[in-house]
Amino acid sequence: MKPKNQRLVLVSAALVAVLAAVLLAMWGLRDRASYFYTPADIAGGKAVHGRAVRLGGMVERGSVRHLADGVTIRFVVTDGKASTPVVYRGITPDLFREGSGAVAEGRLQGGTFIADTILAKHDERYMPPELGNLAAEHKAGKTLQK
Amino acid sequence: MIAEAGLAALWLAAGLALYQFVLMILSLRGSIEVSRTMRAIAVVQGALTLIAFAALIVVFARTDLSVALVAENSHSAKPFLYKVAGAWGNHEGSMLMWVTILSVAGAFLALFSRRTSERTLIAGLGAQAALALGFYAFLLVASNPFARLNPAPLEGAGLNPLLQDPGLAFHPPTLYVGYVGLSIAFSLAVGALLTGEVDSRLARAMRPWVLGAWIFLTLGITAGSYWAYYELGWGGYWFWDPVENASLMPWLAATALLHSVGVLAARGALKAWTMMLAVIAFSMSMVGTFLVRSGILTSVHAFAIDPERGAFLLVLLAIYVGAAFALFAWRGASLKEGAPFELISRETGLVINNLLLSVVLGIVFLGTLYPLFVEALSGEKLSVGAPYFNAVAGPLALILAVLVGIGPLLAWRRERRPVLKRLRIPALIGGTALAITIIIAPEMTILPRLGLTVAAYLAAASILPLTGRNPLRAPLATWGMVVSHFGIAVALAGMGANAAFTSERLAIVKPGDTLSVGPWLVQLQQVTPMAGKNWTAMEAELLASRGHGPVTLKPQTRYFSDPPTDTNEAAIETFWNGQLYSVIGKPDQSGGWQVRLWWKPFVTLIWAGGALIAIGGALALLGRVWRRRRRRPDWRRERYA
Repeated sequence: MKPKNQRLVLVSAALVAVLAAVLLAMWGLRDRASYFYTPADIAGGKAVHGRAVRLGGMVERGSVRHLADGVTIRFVVTDGKASTPVVYRGITPDLFREGSGAVAEGRLQGGTFIADTILAKHDERYMPPELGNLAAEHKAGKTLQK
Repeated sequence: MIAEAGLAALWLAAGLALYQFVLMILSLRGSIEVSRTMRAIAVVQGALTLIAFAALIVVFARTDLSVALVAENSHSAKPFLYKVAGAWGNHEGSMLMWVTILSVAGAFLALFSRRTSERTLIAGLGAQAALALGFYAFLLVASNPFARLNPAPLEGAGLNPLLQDPGLAFHPPTLYVGYVGLSIAFSLAVGALLTGEVDSRLARAMRPWVLGAWIFLTLGITAGSYWAYYELGWGGYWFWDPVENASLMPWLAATALLHSVGVLAARGALKAWTMMLAVIAFSMSMVGTFLVRSGILTSVHAFAIDPERGAFLLVLLAIYVGAAFALFAWRGASLKEGAPFELISRETGLVINNLLLSVVLGIVFLGTLYPLFVEALSGEKLSVGAPYFNAVAGPLALILAVLVGIGPLLAWRRERRPVLKRLRIPALIGGTALAITIIIAPEMTILPRLGLTVAAYLAAASILPLTGRNPLRAPLATWGMVVSHFGIAVALAGMGANAAFTSERLAIVKPGDTLSVGPWLVQLQQVTPMAGKNWTAMEAELLASRGHGPVTLKPQTRYFSDPPTDTNEAAIETFWNGQLYSVIGKPDQSGGWQVRLWWKPFVTLIWAGGALIAIGGALALLGRVWRRRRRRPDWRRERYA
């Protein structure tokens, strides 16, 4: 190959690579990204049943119940406007508490959220950005109500 | 007083960086002789940042609570090691560490670089100073680690107990050396683009830096993966967390750069390409820093949301990446393309390696940033996790692993021998592995099955470059390549085995009850309260056996009082053929405890593979440096070789 052709081939190869990456990523993201919803979104029917989504909100006080097998829990996540029941099998993460924030990953089945993973705050300062905004909105809402 | 001294050192270093940058511009425009001055300034600047960093460590070691950072992140009751490590376990301290490594790397470049031309070195040092300048500004304006608190509180607010682990002491520094080591490749590329001296000499100067940074990145990622595995108690080793991706992206770019810089060094080809990769690699480091430090993405690593800092970092990122790309667009076209090569040649193999790595990099990059784009454009919030990355990047990584077996067999410039013939035995081994997985585990999913197949093939194919000659006389660099490529096979085997053969058990058990997981029978003996220096815990005693000599595992659930947090301390027992992983959860009303067990066959191969990859890199680096030592008296001759 002449050097000039060689460069042309290399540049086109690089362009093809970039294009391939973008196309593959777009294809992959179309049905593999999981959307973040609040209980109000779910009450409004925004979440598609059976698809992987994230649910975020506050764990309602007094809502955590242990099922008979000892490792499955039911609780209710609320954002102050609506609430969604959640079922989770597993050891709850550090700082999973009633009245504090949590994000559940999983899918919606017949009105109940089946969680595969629960992310809770890892320390007093850690707050998923989505929840940070939510908490701020929640507070603002409360102040308005007063 | 010490805090003020640290701050003063930082201001001085920033001043010197500015001076260094101005000298670079003057010397490129005129012909003033500045190389000695530049080198001296770079060294002093590095020393000053070291002083600042040492000052921060001292105030942390003494728990000087009048320093705001210490009051927020430390506590007098913390073990000494974590007091020291706490210096970089927070935003400001870790940024100071980043800047320190950046300037010290610049100082090393000034001290030890003998291979580049003076002009390129000066331009490179100037670029390094420009980089440092932005991050000094970031520290001094937006994240001063030495800010005082008046009045000083009586006690500190503690440190995230998840981070009270030996992993914290070594993981971030290792990763940062890798991240920031790439800045030298960036600066040398910018310098060479400015002077137009993009040649094999530059590549040989750049290669040890890339290799060194890449070794540290590999170690950092491997250690981080193991840390997450045993500390988070989820039994997983990679979560596709944005922060993990932030370290994976520079690694992918550095891996590509490592291979292309070799082409430039050996054959003088792929000039523009290599410069582009050098710019991209460090840009990925900065993107990573931005993602982690701005806390813009949901991540277990994101400590706080701080839009001002995020915006500052984003502006820095835009300036540096933008300027480097503009320079590339301006000067890149004028680079003469080097020695030509045929379609079937080592060069082509390395180009394909680079293309595949770039595609994987692009996929990880887009997947990591997609949530940001979507939220900015539509306000919708979403997250991208393992299903995307595994499905899209996984197959490409496997294709790449297949090609890793072929590339090293090709000759430079033109390959005429029938190379594929040499791969008969590895192909046979891979085929056998595939057949075995089909027989013993017919229900296995496709990706782990292919992973195990490719691992078996690559383990055999990777050692081919040492066959057909006396392996002891092969250059150290060849040995390094073989060990690294073999390490890929080992890691792949671990990932495949873990995905395919892990058994898991989760149940509530009372003392005396027995659970079975994989080949193991595990009995809960008792649960007893414990106390450490700054925590209390419930510790379970589990007796595990599989026919012969039982072993005891003692997982804990710990409670820290400052700040109030609880953590699961997994207990892991390692055997030659896998790990038994145990976690204890919460009690129920009837005196039972949640216990979660995993039997993970050959999971340790994942990190053993990572370690081998890094060791291979170290061998190659040693080989290069040693050869250079031997040649040093006549290094001038090399220029014309």
